[in-house]
Amino acid sequence: MGFEINGKTYETDEEGYLVNLAEWDEDAAKHLAIEEKVEMTPAHWEVINFLREYYNDYQIAPAVRVLTKAIGKKLGPEKGNSKYLYELFPYGPAKQACKIAGLPKPTGCI
Amino acid sequence: MQMLHIVNKSPLDRSTLDSALRMAKPGSTILLIEDGIYAVTKGNKAESAIREAMKTVSISALWPDLEARGMQDAVIDGVKQVDYSGFVDLVADSSSVMSWL
Amino acid sequence: MTESTGGIDMEDEASGTIKKFAFINRKAPYGTVYALEALEVVLISAAFDQDVSLVFADDGVYQLKKGQATKAVGMKNFSPTYRALEGYDIEKLYVEKESMEARGLTADDLVVDVEVLGAAELADLLEEQDVVLSF
Repeated sequence: MGFEINGKTYETDEEGYLVNLAEWDEDAAKHLAIEEKVEMTPAHWEVINFLREYYNDYQIAPAVRVLTKAIGKKLGPEKGNSKYLYELFPYGPAKQACKIAGLPKPTGCI
Repeated sequence: MQMLHIVNKSPLDRSTLDSALRMAKPGSTILLIEDGIYAVTKGNKAESAIREAMKTVSISALWPDLEARGMQDAVIDGVKQVDYSGFVDLVADSSSVMSWL
Repeated sequence: MTESTGGIDMEDEASGTIKKFAFINRKAPYGTVYALEALEVVLISAAFDQDVSLVFADDGVYQLKKGQATKAVGMKNFSPTYRALEGYDIEKLYVEKESMEARGLTADDLVVDVEVLGAAELADLLEEQDVVLSF
């Protein structure tokens, strides 16, 4: 499975997550967002970039609770709460945002 | 109630017996099963360590495993031999179980 | 008797009982899958708000060695993930002194801050646990 943008192909697994993290780029993120019915705004990108940085540091996709706390720490309490994150990613910030960020599904994500 | 430590590897092949002996508190039990039973047989390199441990720790071995390996007549005195239901009793009577894989 | 190994009692969970879980890591990282599997189980356990301790003994101490670089062997380097545990509220990390010394390592060689315990102290810690899981 996968998709193609401007001649570049991206392989995905059966749930639509990118198989190869290194393939991720903004085009891929935009495509994945459309599939998730998420309209990307700067606020969305902020979370996506945060997730990529988190993954780069720790080599895992964080659980929602951990993501919320970490965002609060870095971007302030008005963003570090589940209401804010669920408004941006209604089907689950960890699950949906991780997919758009090109990360694997979070460990322990049900 | 105290812990039960289970060791299933030969002491000459792996160091799990050493680790269990190091970590077993006085009053706890070490149960040797599968290839672990070689540790409680006379003349094995582990014999002195087992004899030393028996001063503070209860040492048991699963006799079906002893017998399967033909070691039933070589067991060090003082080692308790248990069958499968004795194995279950040991688990049931322990506060927790650590398997030294 | 209390819990022996595994199995979180659903009733206990509903009533909010917190049990003491110890995960014992005794294998070096890449030769077998134990270390990675243990790490995943630990991360999942964080969701259940239990009292979790991580113990590194025997070759398990090597899991925490700084400077792991797995590119050439084509495997995922999961050593940075131990640094994420704090964010998961898993803060009780213990290393057995004897194991560390037998491998020529000191606490400075490790990717995370740990409490170094002697075998006797570690034995006390294990005795206190409700559930001990060995990897």
